[in-house]
Amino acid sequence: MAGFYGTKNKTMDRHVLLRDVDVPDIREYDVYVANGGYEAWKKALTTMKPDEVTAVVKDSGLRGRGGAGFPTGVKWSFIPKDVFPKYVVVNGDESEAGTFKDHQIIDGNPHQLIEGVALCAYAVQAKTSYIYLRGEFYEPAKTLQKAIDEAYAHGMLGKNVLGSGFDIDMYIHMGAGAYICGEETALLSSLEGQLGQPRLRPPFPAVQGLYAKPTVINNVETLANVPPIVLNGAQWYRQYGTEKSPGTKIFCVSGRVKRPGNYELPLGKYTVRELIEMAGGIIDGRPVKGVLPAGSSAPILPASALDTKLDYESVQAAGSILGSASFVILDDTVDIVWAARKMVRFFKHESCGKCTPCREGTYWALKLYDKILSGRGTLEDVNMIGEVAAQMSGKCFCLLGEFATSPMQSTLKHFRAEYEAFIANHQGGKMNGYTDELIREGVIAGPDGVIARH
Amino acid sequence: MLKEKRAADIEKVLAKYPPERKRSAVMPLLYIAQEEYGYCNDEAVREVAEIIGCDPTEVRSIVGFYTMFYKQPVGRYVIDVCDDLPCALRGADKFVTHCEKKLGIRAGQTTPDGKFTLNTVMCIAACDRAPVAQVNREYHYDLTEESFDRLVDELSRS
Repeated sequence: MAGFYGTKNKTMDRHVLLRDVDVPDIREYDVYVANGGYEAWKKALTTMKPDEVTAVVKDSGLRGRGGAGFPTGVKWSFIPKDVFPKYVVVNGDESEAGTFKDHQIIDGNPHQLIEGVALCAYAVQAKTSYIYLRGEFYEPAKTLQKAIDEAYAHGMLGKNVLGSGFDIDMYIHMGAGAYICGEETALLSSLEGQLGQPRLRPPFPAVQGLYAKPTVINNVETLANVPPIVLNGAQWYRQYGTEKSPGTKIFCVSGRVKRPGNYELPLGKYTVRELIEMAGGIIDGRPVKGVLPAGSSAPILPASALDTKLDYESVQAAGSILGSASFVILDDTVDIVWAARKMVRFFKHESCGKCTPCREGTYWALKLYDKILSGRGTLEDVNMIGEVAAQMSGKCFCLLGEFATSPMQSTLKHFRAEYEAFIANHQGGKMNGYTDELIREGVIAGPDGVIARH
Repeated sequence: MLKEKRAADIEKVLAKYPPERKRSAVMPLLYIAQEEYGYCNDEAVREVAEIIGCDPTEVRSIVGFYTMFYKQPVGRYVIDVCDDLPCALRGADKFVTHCEKKLGIRAGQTTPDGKFTLNTVMCIAACDRAPVAQVNREYHYDLTEESFDRLVDELSRS
């Protein structure tokens, strides 16, 4: 189902990724082709060697858009040449709270993703690609499957594409509701039919990935960048962005802004403040309290950081991470303790259970938050939250364990006074604003004095 | 038996993976089984295990791991409402409370007539269109209390 509004500002004359904003029907094969679609694929197959495709992506400086920001061309170059088969796996698990960019790419511009996957497959000489989509992308998956079928029907996928001798098959694999499967090794396990739990690295997926064969794993947005790079060249791509963060990036803006949505911008050109302005500013013109630059996983930035430029290095220098660039905006009506609890609840729910510090830490941290929010908290509980987070940090297999400490540690760092004020103001369980969910979850008594559940 | 009833679909799923890697098909096969049986019951688990050639216990562990495989019977319409932080910043908690009142059940429960199951879920990648829900995995964006009531009334009649 279509229906995204797309980017509402006109910061980009022509979008590189969210081309559905400029050309509404670009999800259709004919419209995509009429707008330069599959030209990069033809160019690569007929005039470029696989290594040349990798080289141009390397030169473009494209960095992984899923969160880690690792240089994409470098990743491809790690794939050994003499081991077969190899695989391309696309990470479309998009599950970070506040992230909805891959959703729009798949719904609005699916052929650009398919072309990007094909180019990656050609560059590393993989004949089979799997696009792993989160289970909730049932409808986007239908759109994407239709586009894949069209690409096959027009000879862009399948055997001996365009007479090049290159065979390529592309399949969608649906997840079933597990945030952890966005972690690349957990995704591979899930794709192999195992529990979606992370694996120890090394070996890295480039050496032993899917079925222990060399595997490239890239995010949906990352691969959607590849066709315009291959078609127009690395220098063209570098007209956008900064030296270290080239290109454009989709910023998902959600929370307390007037026009939440996806905004594609050149990296490093605008600030967080300007991004919020593009999204219509804060509801009722209220002041910003804090910003989560990459959903629940990124340390919160206080309002004093609003002039931070939107690129990987600047956000890191400000004390957070750009990650998937899912900006959740909190205004002064938002209680930080409540917001932190929501995020901790998320991680408690999504912990895969493999590592004790994460599994148990998120469980006990949520208990502490519930205690505080129900009006029975003490300052000792606040310290304990910090301790639980410290005990988890650096002790887990994958980054989820690390991310889970972010909402705790960063809100304590910037907003400790709010925790203390909350405890002072809510002794005895006088709640306002947070009651609904806590009553529903049975943590506190409802207005009629009845504990609802548990 | 799934093998007879959904033979074509099963074959299509198995064709996606290398023949010696049938286990990769466990999730798509469980979706097929769930469509047939309504949830992942013992029958579903046993049949999927047989198709991919592994122990039912291993399939059971997959069912347990992923939230979208139902362990118990669910309503004809499963309504998943996101109440994660980005949605909650746009009224999702209040909205869920309204959903509970409208359906007369708590989140996590199924109406006595077996028509609706209401769940709260973690982020479903549509935070710009909150409050947002999925009904049998189809998105419903920009919901209001009124539009939710209309939706439920419509589904009740169907």
